[in-house]
Parts: sequence; structure tokens; C-alpha cells
Amino acid sequence: MIDFFTMPDWLDDFLWTYQNVVHSLGVNGLLGLSMYVVLAVGQLSLGQAAFMGLGAYSSALMTLKLHLPFYIVLPASCVTPILFALAIGVPTLRLSGVYLAIATIGLGEVLRAVYLNVDYFGGALGLSGIPNSAESWMIYGLLFAAIAILWMVARSGVGRAMEAMREDETAAQVMGVNIGRYRMGALLASAMLAGLAGALNAHVSSFIGPNDYGFEPAVTILSYALLGGIGTPLASVLGAWVLTLLPEVLRDFSDLRMVFNGVIIVVAVLFLPNGLLGWRMGRIGVKRAAP
Amino acid sequence: MTLPRTDLLQTAGLTRRYAGLVAVDAVDMTIPEGGVHAVIGPNGAGKTTLFNLISGLVPPSAGTITFAGQDITALPPHLRARLGMARTFQNIRIFGAMTVLENVLTGLHVRLSASLPEIFLRLGRFRGEERQAVGRARAALDLVGLSARASERAAALSYGDQRRLEIARAMAAEPRLLLLDEPAAGMNPAETDALGQLVRRICGFGTTVLLVEHDMGFVMDISDTATVLNFGRRIYAGPPADIRQEPLVIEAYLGARMAERLARRAG
Repeated sequence: MIDFFTMPDWLDDFLWTYQNVVHSLGVNGLLGLSMYVVLAVGQLSLGQAAFMGLGAYSSALMTLKLHLPFYIVLPASCVTPILFALAIGVPTLRLSGVYLAIATIGLGEVLRAVYLNVDYFGGALGLSGIPNSAESWMIYGLLFAAIAILWMVARSGVGRAMEAMREDETAAQVMGVNIGRYRMGALLASAMLAGLAGALNAHVSSFIGPNDYGFEPAVTILSYALLGGIGTPLASVLGAWVLTLLPEVLRDFSDLRMVFNGVIIVVAVLFLPNGLLGWRMGRIGVKRAAP
Repeated sequence: MTLPRTDLLQTAGLTRRYAGLVAVDAVDMTIPEGGVHAVIGPNGAGKTTLFNLISGLVPPSAGTITFAGQDITALPPHLRARLGMARTFQNIRIFGAMTVLENVLTGLHVRLSASLPEIFLRLGRFRGEERQAVGRARAALDLVGLSARASERAAALSYGDQRRLEIARAMAAEPRLLLLDEPAAGMNPAETDALGQLVRRICGFGTTVLLVEHDMGFVMDISDTATVLNFGRRIYAGPPADIRQEPLVIEAYLGARMAERLARRAG
């Protein structure tokens, strides 16, 4: 694609050597944000991996079978996860508690079975030969745009309403917060972010398979936000980065990867209830207000 | 525009049944616009259920609720808030992790209308609205005397201050009707006194106050009318001064034998 500036050689070498890590950091950062949005309104979804898979599969199919250009494929890849999020959200979001979590786990497992058994989706072999059309600047551009937008929203009446819901839904309702609308909005934004992450990931890794989007990745994505925290959008990105870099650092112990993740979650829940970045942002949208 | 003096809130045959229990039983209640109105009754009389029905947290089993001339029986709580209804809770429900000011700003949610793009781009309308909201929130904190603590974490406030914060949060949007659920619970006489003055002041702004209270002295002092509930039924409605003469009320509070004895002594 286009080169906006000429990189110094050492940076070029570094990025080339570690491009997988660089891509994963960006994609997982988006997944961390997708988890943050749902948790920020006090809902628990375990469907982030499923939404990511929907984005990945639909974008890969658009590229491989319909031969659409990537600048159409990328935005279009949000559509499928959003439609599924609507279908899951309408019946479950009116209920409180764990219904969304249960329904989204179900969604992930059903989709995995569909990818495995329907030939059009490549079966157990998955889809391969996806061109590497996604560039680092696209991934990071979207990541930083998403952080900036979520940051602005958090510092506004919408952010206050979200935190109010998380703390006490009854009180938030009485303040005039339409909690059904907020829950749905958060789920749709989350599905969109995960779908984008999936499409980007499919177009940097050239292969996707049904097991990339099952229960285990869903828990990993949840642990991004658990470790980082949800006080700010940045916190969940930080959590994603730590949990993405850790396996690289601990490459020699790769068999124990999930053990490390598990221990980190337990330690984070016990000792860092607000996450690594526990700092809570102010929620007033103006710096200097009239006295 | 001056509205004709009308009834602000009206319930007709309002009923809420739980399995094997009628918490609120065919209650007819009319609250005129303006003034302080009390709902009293012994424990378990259905006062809090009545409040939850009025604010929409609990759907009624039967009956209707009319607010400012509009049937709101089927309206969800957030739309009732938009119509100008606000409330506090018996067990305080402030947002503990937020600052005091942010709590009150949340009470102004119904007054904010900036769209998401306006928020993303920090457009002028968003800024103006937010600035205005902060001004109103500070005024509400002034009203309850918590201005000095605006930037503290709400959970760090004392019990009495948290109660006042809840009132400030409810008053921020200048509601037409303010529901106070046992506002004097756990307060000492001096705090109760100050609360009474605050309630009268709120009433002076044109907000109608409907309160549930156990403290009879407090109710007598500040209320214009009183409604007495017992076992979910309305047993009295009228001026608070006459409550003590009403045999049904005495019976509800002191039991039938005591009521009889008092009646004999009086007669």
C-alpha cells in the first residue's frame, strides 16, 4: 500500500521481524475495547470471539469468493456481527444478570459448529489464502480512532449514564437513563469493534479456522479487560497488550500459556479489583465550568 | 404560561399483588400541584411499593396512575423522569465511585440532548449544554449545602450528607414531583429539623413533594396533606392535624384494644 513516510532502517527491520506481534497488539487492543464497551454498561458478554469470527469469516468470504476490494470489505465486515448482536440482544438485554453471557457463549459454540460443518466456510481446514491486505497503519488508525471516540463519550453525559448503570441500574433508570437503549448500543458498538478486529486479523494472517473463535479466545478477551480494568478505554487496551506480549516473553514456557493467563486473572481479580490501570477518569465534558 | 391549578398525580384503584400478598390494595390518591404531601403507615403498609409503582420500578397488577394529566401507567421509569418525576430511595442509592458533582450531573441526564457525533467532535452545542449542566448541578449542591465537597468521591460522604446528595441529584433537573422515601431515616433531631427546612424550600421552588415517613412529628410539621396506608389500603386522607383523631389510624398504629380504650376515655 501507500508509504506515508520513509522509515529509518532499524525501525523497518524491527517491524518486519516482529510484524506478527505488532499486528496482534493492534487487533487485540481493538478486542480489549470491544470488551470494555460492554463491561462499561455493567453487562457481561462472552461473545467477543464470536463477533470477531463473524467479522473474520464474512470479510474473508467477501475477499475470496466475491473478490471485493478491501476498502469495501473492511467496513462491510461489521454488518454481520451487528446483525447477530441485534438478534442476541433483543431477547436477552431486557433481562438482567447473566442471560447475555449465556446467550453469547451459545452463539460462539453454534457458530463454531457451523464453520466446522458447512463446506462453504471451509470446514475444519478453515479459509486460507486470504491476501494480506490489512496494513499496520489501518489497524493502529482504527485502534486510536476507537480509543479517542470512546474517550470522548466517557467524558460526557453518556459516560456518566454508563457508569451510573454499572453502579446501580435502578437509580440510573430513575435519573432518566434508558438502560435498554444503552445496553443495546454498547453491544452493537462492541460487536462492530470485534468484527473489525476479526476482519483485520483475517487479512494479516492469511488463514482463519473455526477454533480461533471458540470459548477459549472468548475468555482470553475477557481477561484483557479484567487485567487492564475498565476505568478508562485505555485500561483494557493495556490489559490486551500485557496479555499479548507475555506469551512472547515467556515463549520457552508456551505449554503453560493458559496457566499463566489463569494465574494472572486470579491475581488481578484478588489484588487489582480496578485493573492494572485503576485510575478512574473524570466524567465532565468541560474543563472550566461557569461557577 | 401559568397552568390552571390541577391535580399533579392521581392513582385510581392502584393495586400490586405479590404471591399471596396484596402490598398495595386499590389505592385512590390525589396529589394537587404544589405543597408537601405525606404517605404514612406502619411497617409493611405498602408505602415503598406505592412509591415504586408511581416511579415505574414495579408494574401495577391493576389500576391507573395519571401524572400531569397523562396516563403513565405503562410508561417505563426513564420516561417518567422525562415528564418531571424524581425520587430518592429509602436505602440510599448514590453512585459511590463518582464524585459528588458527577452524581448531581447524572441527575441532569434528562436535560442533555447532544448527539453522539456532537459528543465525539466536542461541538459547541455539547460544550454549552455541559457547561450549563455543571452550573445547574452546582446550584443544586448549593441548595443542600454540599458545594464545598463537589469534587469528593460520593462514597466518602457521611450518611447524612449522602442523603442530602441524593436530594440534590433528584432536584438537579427541577422536577415537578419529588418523591422522598423516608428522608429522615437515621437522622438526629437537628438533622431532621434542617431536612424539614430543606423540604419546605424545595416546595417553594414550585416542586411538589410527596414523602414517605415514619417520623410523625416531622410529617405533622411540614406536610399539607397526609395519606395513611395500612395493609396496602388507604385508611385516611386529609390534613395531617386530624390524623390523631381518626379511629382507624389509631387502631392501625396501636391495635384495636388500645383504640377502643382511648375512644372510651374520650367519650
